[in-house]
Amino acid sequence: MLAGVLLLIFLSPLVAQDPCKDSKDGFKVRLSIKTALGNDAYEWNESEMFLFRSTVAYAMRKQTNQDTYNIENILVCNDTQRVSFVFVVTSPDNQAQLIPKAQVEQAVRQNKRRINSAFLLSDMTLEFVGIPPTLSAPITYKTQPWLIVFGVVIGGVAVGIVALLMSTASKKRRAKGKAAGLSEEDEGIVKENGTALSGLGGNHGVYNQAFSNDDRFTQL
Amino acid sequence: MKLKLKLPNPGLEDRVPNHDVLERLEVEEAGDRPKWDNKAQYMLTCVGFCVGLGNVWRFPYLCQSHGGGAFMIPFLILLVFEGIPLLHLEFAIGQRIRKGSVGVWRSINPYMIGVGIASMLVSFLVSLYYNTIIALVMWYFFNSFQDPLPWTQCPVNENRTGFISECERSSPVDYFWYRETLNASKTIDETGGLQWWMVLSLISAWGVLYVSCIRGIETTGKAVYVTSTLPYVVLTIFLIRGLTLKGSIDGIKFLFTPDLNELANPNTWLDAGAQVFYSFSLAFGGLISFSSYNSVHNNCEQDAVIISIINAFTSIYAATVIYTIIGFRATERFDDCVSGNILTLLNTFDLPEGNITESNYEEVLHSLNTTSPDIISSLALKTCDLNSYLSEGVEGTGLAFIVFTEAITKMPLSPLWSVLFFIMLFCLGLSSMFGNIEGVLVPLQDLKVFPKSWPKELMSGIICLVCCLIGLIFVQGSGNYWLALFDTFAGSIPLLVIAFSEMIGVVYVYGIDRFNEDLIFMIGHKPNIFWQATWRFISPLIMLAIFIFYFSTTVTKEIFYIAWDPDSENFPTLEKKPYPSWIYLIIFFLAGIPSLAVPGAAAFRAIREYCCKKHPNASVKETDSVSYKVHMQDEELKTQKSDKAFYT
Repeated sequence: MLAGVLLLIFLSPLVAQDPCKDSKDGFKVRLSIKTALGNDAYEWNESEMFLFRSTVAYAMRKQTNQDTYNIENILVCNDTQRVSFVFVVTSPDNQAQLIPKAQVEQAVRQNKRRINSAFLLSDMTLEFVGIPPTLSAPITYKTQPWLIVFGVVIGGVAVGIVALLMSTASKKRRAKGKAAGLSEEDEGIVKENGTALSGLGGNHGVYNQAFSNDDRFTQL
Repeated sequence: MKLKLKLPNPGLEDRVPNHDVLERLEVEEAGDRPKWDNKAQYMLTCVGFCVGLGNVWRFPYLCQSHGGGAFMIPFLILLVFEGIPLLHLEFAIGQRIRKGSVGVWRSINPYMIGVGIASMLVSFLVSLYYNTIIALVMWYFFNSFQDPLPWTQCPVNENRTGFISECERSSPVDYFWYRETLNASKTIDETGGLQWWMVLSLISAWGVLYVSCIRGIETTGKAVYVTSTLPYVVLTIFLIRGLTLKGSIDGIKFLFTPDLNELANPNTWLDAGAQVFYSFSLAFGGLISFSSYNSVHNNCEQDAVIISIINAFTSIYAATVIYTIIGFRATERFDDCVSGNILTLLNTFDLPEGNITESNYEEVLHSLNTTSPDIISSLALKTCDLNSYLSEGVEGTGLAFIVFTEAITKMPLSPLWSVLFFIMLFCLGLSSMFGNIEGVLVPLQDLKVFPKSWPKELMSGIICLVCCLIGLIFVQGSGNYWLALFDTFAGSIPLLVIAFSEMIGVVYVYGIDRFNEDLIFMIGHKPNIFWQATWRFISPLIMLAIFIFYFSTTVTKEIFYIAWDPDSENFPTLEKKPYPSWIYLIIFFLAGIPSLAVPGAAAFRAIREYCCKKHPNASVKETDSVSYKVHMQDEELKTQKSDKAFYT
């Protein structure tokens, strides 16, 4: 009987390790500290692990609104040099009972930002294998920025067109006014070959009094 | 023994103003033709017309795919023997006859009016789709004023669990281009409806063009001070920025590493010839028009050489800049690929970080492969090859809107680089459009399509409006496929036909002797043996060779288009689809009608002449000769006098 009791005593720690190692409620966590922080990378040691367990306990507390979760409820195993390990969460009332995976996942998702910032990491460098990161909400604008730029460009184009058309119109009006004033002076110009000066008088040439049969004079 | 072949050309003296008349027009500054304010405006306009989007996104691709530095050899040889002579020819004939393309060819010989009409049609068709590309550039420009740029990241799906699947499978830049910009339909048959945001961009593109062209060269001459110089400034900024990025030197090395074996490939020479030809914007009629506004004694020979050198230099400079950025992007992708593999290995074997770096990756992989080969093979590690990323050689819109925009997102201060890049593309495109619009507007004036009383503003407004409305084809869901179709067929074969006809027309119909005398009158010396040889034989032969090659390859090969089809198996690779049968009719309209206008107009005129001969009372046909106009004015005055005498 003593042998049986001794066996039980020695077996129990082995049995106690089982919830972490081969539990399907456990999550694998991977940290890439050197990738995230480069030269400022801190070393992964027991204290950091302590911090991790406390953040997960914090997440469970927030999610269940029970202040009973403690460090002891977070069990960690399979610690590797990669800095990856597996953890499970035990219920605060019953050490042998594990919190189901879905609940742990929800707790982690809701508080991922806080957990990330505790370690100065991001969603990419602090991975919970099996929990996809919640994507940040896309930036929505009240007015699309491209419409604003479009409005500016179209406004500029409209102003340009109006300004140019108005300047053409005013030029024409001034030219007409000048032409009316000058028409009396043009009549004396002798028309030459018609080639060199044909551009001056517009379409119909220069009015040459010598060749016209003008009916200003009295008809015979 | 001189080879003197001259086709009979009666009445040429009457149609073309002789040297004395030109001298008089010059001295007295008479004539109602617009003029350049100064030589700089003319040079900048021509440079702007020649230097276009092709220099930025076609030449670098050709350079890289045809043996890098070795491509310079056929390019420069064909530049000298094909590009410069044709350019000089167009400048000289425009300066001499002082009309737009239709007027020039009608003066040389009324039967050659078809060449002018073909130029006008090609300019019109190219304007339609070219301004749509500018509209796309403007859309990206509008979207560059936000941080982060909209093509940096895939948009999330409804329940925020992941990204939209179409984007996830391809990439954010692909998604933004094909879905959020083009909203590409799966086939060219499905029109997909008008995309309202693209309609707005199209309207803004035509609006800006209208403001710049509203009074012809009076306004474009001012606009080119900005549009022709800004691209060089931006290219220099990008060069400086690019050289400071990691991997840029790899890009330049990749671009210019010569592979002399490519010189033996006839395709290299064909592509070089085609690139020289299209890069100079020859045969559009715009250059003839622009040079006709010059003074008669302007040194067109010097201009042609200078502009050719600037064009070639710009191509090489732009290629260098583009490939610094492409080298950067390829290196980033390569680094990402290797890091991904390293991470996979670290995670699988739980090794501490920093154990595997890029330098010892190969040996670590090798040792792991020997110890646990089955795990390694199950990991499906990607092969990372820098050269394959570099030779993801894209050209055309793919380069600007997919590859380059992706590279920009990886640079710090991305919105700034994006804005600069798209302003540069906008200026390059707009200055080319000035020449295209000139090539449409002036022939229409020469053909007297518009009444003479209409102001210039109204004519340019109508042309811009009509082109904008027709251009709505290109902003539908299937618009991009139509754009590719127009690009392949409207802007290729007809231009070769026109250029060949131009050379034959000037050398053999107008007469090379007469042309030489004109050049002696205009620039003071006879063009030397280089010009004589190239104008008479070398350049026409090169044009003919390129035309035959192009025509035979286009006609014999299967034509298909590549479509963005999320349902296809090879997605995100674009799917090759055959054209529907009614496309062949469209292709005939695009390529056939301008090409056939050259002989067609001659035949039409011949038939009209024949019919007129039977009816001698038919109205006397209008000719453009100066002496004829004087004669007609005298006749009119005589009849007026006699009429009045009769009635008094």
